Amino acid sequence: MSSPYLRRRITNALAMVMSTLATLVGLAFLAWILWETLRQGISALDLKLFTKITAYGESGGLANAMVGSLIINFIGIAIATPIGVLAGTWLAEYADRTRLGESIRFLNDILLSAPSIVMGLFVYTIIVLPTTVLTHGSTTFSGFAGGVALALIALPVIVRTTDEMLRLVPSTLREAALSLGVPQWKLTLQILIRAARSGIITGVLLALARISGETAPLLFTAFGNNYMAINPIEKMSSLPQIIYQYANDPGDAMHALAWAGAFVITMFVLLLSLASRLILSRTKVSHD
Amino acid sequence: MPANQAALPIDILEQRSHRDARHERLFRWLLKGCALIVLASLLGAAGATLWGGREAFSAFGWHFLVSSAWDPGNDVYGAVVPVYGTIATSLIALLIAVPISFGIAVYLSEVAPAWLRTPVASAIELLAGIPSIIYGMWGLFVFAPFFANHIKPWLTNNLGNKPDDGKLSWAAEHVPFVGKLFGSDYPFGASILVAGIVLAVMIIPFISSVMREVFQTVPTRLKESAYALGSSTWEVSWDIVLPYTRSAVIGGIFLGLGRALGETMAVTFVLGNAMHLSASLLDPGASIASTIANQFSEATGLQKSSLMALAFLLFVVTFVVLLIARLMLRQLARKEGR
Repeated sequence: MSSPYLRRRITNALAMVMSTLATLVGLAFLAWILWETLRQGISALDLKLFTKITAYGESGGLANAMVGSLIINFIGIAIATPIGVLAGTWLAEYADRTRLGESIRFLNDILLSAPSIVMGLFVYTIIVLPTTVLTHGSTTFSGFAGGVALALIALPVIVRTTDEMLRLVPSTLREAALSLGVPQWKLTLQILIRAARSGIITGVLLALARISGETAPLLFTAFGNNYMAINPIEKMSSLPQIIYQYANDPGDAMHALAWAGAFVITMFVLLLSLASRLILSRTKVSHD
Repeated sequence: MPANQAALPIDILEQRSHRDARHERLFRWLLKGCALIVLASLLGAAGATLWGGREAFSAFGWHFLVSSAWDPGNDVYGAVVPVYGTIATSLIALLIAVPISFGIAVYLSEVAPAWLRTPVASAIELLAGIPSIIYGMWGLFVFAPFFANHIKPWLTNNLGNKPDDGKLSWAAEHVPFVGKLFGSDYPFGASILVAGIVLAVMIIPFISSVMREVFQTVPTRLKESAYALGSSTWEVSWDIVLPYTRSAVIGGIFLGLGRALGETMAVTFVLGNAMHLSASLLDPGASIASTIANQFSEATGLQKSSLMALAFLLFVVTFVVLLIARLMLRQLARKEGR
């Protein structure tokens, strides 16, 4: 065997081994992180997590944080979904290949990975500061402000999926409706959005998965609250914020509570991404 | 009257077309308004942080960018420590994540048997869906102690300039900077290096999924021609696939960099939050995002403004990085004729 040939074969074998190793390293980290979250989380699971509030500290639970998370996430999704779907529709149906449309599509992709902590500071400036001044300090941080911050993070996800899903709708559908004299707004609302519905729902679920683990934008908007808060103009705690607080606490019992919270969030996020994947795969089958 | 009756449908039609045109205009404005919110939130985030940081910028001027002071006692602030921490952790993350991501992408597109590709790719993408605070907790409670017990002693003894037994290793003595980078008196795991490693684990799925996607855009006939001429799998990946997708691969790397720069939670837990400059990668540090997360709620006056100014810097830098990423990624989309 000639030596250059041998060298090439050795290089190739080496590269193949390295690339397999790289994949194993990636999978090992995934397994490690999931394993620790499951192990520590399950051992800390307890009924009092869901019944007691964080004011009891070590002997308490996470009930107010879970309720707060649900409320804040709901506000975020409720704000971001209509705006995101309409904006995505504009990009796909009205502004495709226009200069403004292309720039907004481009900037939306940037907003998708913009640092979330800066978004938190933005909402702090436009909502928390003005409400503090207007109410003379009686309302400062609020669950609503937290919801708006999460909405800003969910928005680009929803815009992008709506845009992509609408562009997948076959143009024969548009032409058929337009030739029957249907005005474009009716076509968009009653035919196109309906045709792309499951894709849009997937986008909303993905956005929900993305925001339910967000911590940084909530620190200066919803702030946190050791008691049960239902009213969104009050300070509100959330699971990620409590995890952050408890993990930095020196007590082991607090760490166990933080792991339990981490377990709940991870399961929630994984279930959401699984659900969105299922919806998407089902629609792909039905389109074929 | 028959004439009137005949005119009626035309009237209705005309009314309807007027109404439709009005609705159409309203609808168009509504949609455009929603799309402009995307633009407004980007501009607003930049504007709000710039406005919030105006006192710091006017008090310190350009000095803010070159001063390593962060002294709430004397009310003097500079950006160097958090900026250095942000850049150092992100670069370490890239150094680790880029080769691993490239390996994963090559494995998934060229090496792995077909039945294994989808499950492995989904598993790696699962890693991308895990919230960053979980990475932070894993880093704080699992990885940092592991690092402090098993990896750090080896690094300080064999590479650092402050080994436990006092005997300098060959590398610490002869290779420039190595001794300083790995010397540390500090016994805990939390450090710039650990933060970089946790960030690397976080951005691997982003970079590898972009790489895998763009590798799949390479025309099969190109790869098959190379194989037919006798190329090995590695040669096809390195000499055909990579040059063809170069701009998009760089775009994917910049996307990962953008994520790493702005990441808060994964870093805050494992960086140690020390506001002083240290040459060692094994010493604790601070990043822009971790400094804001730690200090903003208790800060007032000039400190709060300095934190806002830091946020503005972070936003501008990540914006530029992500802009480059998207432009690079778009080049490949153009090539495909999309």
